[in-house]
Amino acid sequence: MSFDSFGEFLAMGGHGFYVWWSYLLTLVVVGFILVWPLWRRRRFLTEQRGRLQRADALGNRAEVESHAPEA
Amino acid sequence: MKYIPDALRRLWHRMGSPRWFYETTGPWVPWLAAAAALLIGVGTVWGLAYAPPDYLQGDSFRIIYIHVPAAYLAQAGYILMAICGVVLLVWRMKLADMVMATVAPIGAAFTFLALATGSIWGKPTWGTYWIWDARITSVLILLFLYLGIMGLRRAIERPEAAGRACAILAIVGVINIPIIKYSVDWWMTLHQPATFSVTSAPAMPAIMWVPLLLNVLGFNLLFAVSVIQGTRTEVLIRERRTRWVTDLCRGEQA
Repeated sequence: MSFDSFGEFLAMGGHGFYVWWSYLLTLVVVGFILVWPLWRRRRFLTEQRGRLQRADALGNRAEVESHAPEA
Repeated sequence: MKYIPDALRRLWHRMGSPRWFYETTGPWVPWLAAAAALLIGVGTVWGLAYAPPDYLQGDSFRIIYIHVPAAYLAQAGYILMAICGVVLLVWRMKLADMVMATVAPIGAAFTFLALATGSIWGKPTWGTYWIWDARITSVLILLFLYLGIMGLRRAIERPEAAGRACAILAIVGVINIPIIKYSVDWWMTLHQPATFSVTSAPAMPAIMWVPLLLNVLGFNLLFAVSVIQGTRTEVLIRERRTRWVTDLCRGEQA
């Protein structure tokens, strides 16, 4: 262990501000890259399911084709 | 003799199938994520609490444990994108375009992180948050290349044309990668040279560089998880008119 107390650990030898901001930013970016693909997947599945249900209700498969937006 | 190239070609075609990618890589994700969490957990706790302070920089040097992985992935992501660009242009492989589209925002995020952590680290070390030196400027250009490729894809309506345009920009932009690498040798700079090199032992003691190695490996796996998940989503969106995606949408709960 490089520090004698938790207070010293937080202070980072007077550089706590720089160290902790860097690690906080990292947490935000890592959160973004992990959540973004899943969020996009969920949104697609919800939208596509709605389109398929409308198409089923109309009994017309062409509905799926004509209303599907470009990715 | 004739069978070998045939078998290879079949494998290549199967690997290029978006459905094959979707179904094969799905089960990998939890394992990759668990390994990434373990490596980054150990590397970060070790780096923050157990590694000794740098004799010149004190404890601010602990930023290295995220700055180096971020800077490494910023460049590796770009090279991956350019390789996908070549595969798309030469073999017209749709999957390569999907990977390319997915890597752009992820690589941009890591480039931003490398610039931001470098800037924060610069203040206590060099006395300034920003300086227009060769290393920092060339990494800023890397960020603009990523953003340019993302913008280009949005600007062109036909997906095939957008993919080809992005591929060309990605390939041309690769010239920036050796500039980033050698910028610290070619021009006067504040930036320190690389920590790791293939040909010589690290200059720092093992108690300092082992956690860095763990974090570099862990962030690589994290990047892989994000690219795989992103590409799987991209596969669903682009193949939404096919039967298997339609069945998947009907079957799976949101």
